[in-house]
Amino acid sequence: MHEKLIFEHSRTGRTATAQFPAAEAADIPAGLRRSKRPLLPEVSELQAVRHFTRLSQLNFSIDTHFYPLGSCTMKYNPRACNTLAMLPEFLSRHPYAPAATGQGFLGCLYELQDMLRDVTGMQGVSLTPMAGAQGEFAGVAMIRAYHQARGDLARVEIIVPDAAHGTNPATATMCGCKVVEIPSLPNGDIDIDALKRVVGPATAGIMLTNPSTLGVFERRIAEVAGIVHDAGGLLYYDGANLNAILGKVRPGDMGFDVIHMNLHKTFSTPHGGGGPGSGAVGVGKRLLPFMPIPVVGKEGNQYRWLTEKDLPQSIGRLSGFMGNAGVLLRAYIYMRMLGRAGMQRVSEYATLNANYLLARLKAAGFDAAYSDRRASHEFIITLKRQSKELGVSAMDFAKRLLDHGFHAPTTYFPLLVPECLLIEPTETEAKEELDAFVEAMIAILAEAGTDPDKLHSAPHTLPVRRLDDVRAAKQLDLTWKAAQA
Amino acid sequence: MPFIPHTDTDVRDMLATIGVPSIDALFDEIPASLRGASLAGVPEALTEMDIARLMQERATQDGKPLNFIGAGAYEHHIPAAVWSIVTRGEFYSAYTPYQAEASQGTLQLLYEYQTMIASLTGMQVANASLYDGASAVAEAALMAVRAHRRSTSARILMPTTLNPIYRQVTRAIAGNQSLNFEMLPYVPGSGTTDATALDKWKGQDVTALVIQQPNFFGQLEDVDALTDWAHANGALVIAVVNPTSLALLKPPGEWGQKGVDIVVGEGQPLGVPLAGGGPYFGFMTTRMEHVRQMPGRIVGRTLDLDGKPGFTLTLQAREQHIRRTKATSNICTNQGLLVTAATIYLSIVGPEGLERVAAASQSRTRELVEALTKIRGVRAVFSGPRFHEAVLTLDRPVEPVLEALAAQGIVGGYSLAEHYPELGNALLVCATETRNSNDIARYAAALASLLN
Amino acid sequence: MTTPAGLKFLKSHEWARTESDGTVTIGISDHAQNALGDLVFVDVPEVGKTLTAGVACAVVESVKAASDVYSPVSGEVVANNDALQATPELINTDPYGAGWIARIRPSNAAEIAKLLDAVAYDQVVAAEAH
Repeated sequence: MHEKLIFEHSRTGRTATAQFPAAEAADIPAGLRRSKRPLLPEVSELQAVRHFTRLSQLNFSIDTHFYPLGSCTMKYNPRACNTLAMLPEFLSRHPYAPAATGQGFLGCLYELQDMLRDVTGMQGVSLTPMAGAQGEFAGVAMIRAYHQARGDLARVEIIVPDAAHGTNPATATMCGCKVVEIPSLPNGDIDIDALKRVVGPATAGIMLTNPSTLGVFERRIAEVAGIVHDAGGLLYYDGANLNAILGKVRPGDMGFDVIHMNLHKTFSTPHGGGGPGSGAVGVGKRLLPFMPIPVVGKEGNQYRWLTEKDLPQSIGRLSGFMGNAGVLLRAYIYMRMLGRAGMQRVSEYATLNANYLLARLKAAGFDAAYSDRRASHEFIITLKRQSKELGVSAMDFAKRLLDHGFHAPTTYFPLLVPECLLIEPTETEAKEELDAFVEAMIAILAEAGTDPDKLHSAPHTLPVRRLDDVRAAKQLDLTWKAAQA
Repeated sequence: MPFIPHTDTDVRDMLATIGVPSIDALFDEIPASLRGASLAGVPEALTEMDIARLMQERATQDGKPLNFIGAGAYEHHIPAAVWSIVTRGEFYSAYTPYQAEASQGTLQLLYEYQTMIASLTGMQVANASLYDGASAVAEAALMAVRAHRRSTSARILMPTTLNPIYRQVTRAIAGNQSLNFEMLPYVPGSGTTDATALDKWKGQDVTALVIQQPNFFGQLEDVDALTDWAHANGALVIAVVNPTSLALLKPPGEWGQKGVDIVVGEGQPLGVPLAGGGPYFGFMTTRMEHVRQMPGRIVGRTLDLDGKPGFTLTLQAREQHIRRTKATSNICTNQGLLVTAATIYLSIVGPEGLERVAAASQSRTRELVEALTKIRGVRAVFSGPRFHEAVLTLDRPVEPVLEALAAQGIVGGYSLAEHYPELGNALLVCATETRNSNDIARYAAALASLLN
Repeated sequence: MTTPAGLKFLKSHEWARTESDGTVTIGISDHAQNALGDLVFVDVPEVGKTLTAGVACAVVESVKAASDVYSPVSGEVVANNDALQATPELINTDPYGAGWIARIRPSNAAEIAKLLDAVAYDQVVAAEAH
């Protein structure tokens, strides 16, 4: 299946603009005017609708396929969340409209702050960061601001485990900090001795995910918190894996001082083909004054935005208005539909599904990277053995899974496990779906023995076959030019 | 159970396969001392019917006031087809196109978007989006410091006519990396950047000059002269533009003798609803020579094993998952779904439609300013050409007037008291193609009765 | 590919060769290009730039990785390999020849002596494989 570029459907003079009135722009000096029209398609409305509908059909998505992308929590995005967040009154609200005209909207955000604070065990929540990476930025910036406010200017080092997601070190750099990496032990836990060696008067904080990106719970977290706190540093919780522990154990109770939550993971807001995300941050008492603004406050029964006047030590604004407000409404609706008991069910069934899938894959001859550990909501299979024995890679497995109608798990992350697949089924998948995935993995493993080329050249049934990444990077073709038609 | 498909039999079979007696046993690696949170702050579950009623009530409570604010977010008509396609599950519930072969829809759409936004801004290449217009300015400042290899000052000149929130966000995001932001004042009569203030920086190491067009006041800057000054002084130019305006205004790629170096802006006017402040998206375009300094995802066209064209994420070695501490930015997830909306919007309106939207917005704002300045006590502050916003002053403090208007269902404008106290009782107003003559008359009548 | 005996190496996989005119040519080893895979971009140091031994002076980029190239010696860049702009794969096909990165006029000849010889470098590579 192939769909032409929208520009190839375009014909000069064709319009779909009946809904727009013609008008004349006056008072614009000739020197400031545009002389040549931009390259925008000239198509009928039907042509546009058909083109983009066809494009959509070239995608895998949660709504169409099992999508066990580790670390991404691809759970069902309830349709009610979208429909209700898109009520016309919410959509037409200007962000600078007076608070008096938005009490319903602000009330939802205020209650969301409260609920998120409670499920994470923190003291305050700011909803403004627009994705996980921006939540991380807010967190590290707050840690820096905290030390600076105390005159402790030497604290510029952020400790990061070697298995961390790339955004952790990149964020520390953006905050003007220096990154210190510590290794993981063979059993997946943090190397406590290494941690003890690197903490000191330069330690600003540590960034951790728990369960870690290795798919296992960091059992000695209380000890880690003690070591970092005793050294004068603070603990940052990367909420990428919050789905694993929701309602079971709270980051605040583990000793974390600041946390970001990926509302597009744990709280089921859509991933949208690469965003919008939402990276709300929660903070302990020490960091309350530094939260990014705006925050929703309540006086009497009136809600209003809290700004720099209310939080003069805030790290400031990270977005033009109020983060990804519409995403926040979706998360609010989701949490209200789940309720208190539903929060706990999320982690219970996500963990059940992951451990079931792991048990079945192990029985089918696959190697778990941490075989003596309990899986959290996700786990790692390493194909190192198959790679050596059969000459097939994790990438080959991933691509062949697409032919079986499954989105591939995360591949080659975390970086320190060779030939790995990071698999996260989420709680919203039925047992039949997990069983079908296992059957596909078994079939591919058998095929790897009999016809490995079938794997090397996969996928075979998708709109395109394996793409030439080297050519893409070397012969950059980033925009269409009319001459290429 | 909401959104959980397991039957009792399923659970029993699954636990047996794992070899544990209960779901709770699966949490045995979590120390007991850490467990047992009560979640008292989370209410009991609501059914879909009940949450629907609650949200309807809250929406009704907020209503749909008649809006005359812009200030960075603009109410334009969005063709119905746009969001009916955007919310198709195949776009809505997919993730970042890591598996290119299973994501050709999103990837091709992003390539089409990159083509459209690059052409609209008159530049060679675009990324697949940033979070919003404000954070895009911060990313552009950081990118300019990386791209300008001869400049060591990390000095960024920012006019006070740049959206004041953008200035705050840029400081919050880029300020941790020792950038120096210097302010440029505006000319009181025209509300545009004071070119004579640049003399102070002549011959000095300046990394980049930021120019917003139209500026925060809605006034049109002399972009050619500013761009040429910057280039003559060895500085890069960062343009901050409204994408709708570019249907009429000279694209930044053509400003001055050489065109600007980096273009950013807020993409919201292109088919994204106001929605209380987000989600929107930021766009960024640049010259090919700076492409490796760009933050964010970039899609390229390549060939598959059979030699057939296809699309994939490319230049990923710039990004955090590979480059880690040395990445161009920490950005990962961006605003894909909003770019989907913008691409469909631009396809449906086309070049003719976008011109009509821009021209109608400019013309409606002119009509609005004429109607409001007829009222005693209201006057326009700046002369000179503008796009679709204008600064007015009232003969009394603005806030109480805005509150009184809001009580009548009119959102009358954005008070400039906090960020531009020198302008007195000033108010930024906007009318787009969505405001008709009756709307404007209604606003004028309400304001007249409040003031006179 | 055998490691050329006349070259000196850094542990971080750069090589250096002293030319007859006293300048030093630098590049990355065959092992390094192999680990990176198909190169798609090389950022070479500008002529005239002063380099410090052990400090990053270039970047080599493949689809899946990007790596800093550390200068084996201190000194001024007198030439860089322009051909890498259009054909970065020269490093893959001929890492010790046409895939050179830059030529440096060394400011401290003693630095060269401190580098690893081919035998020692091969041992480093062998140790990494375990």
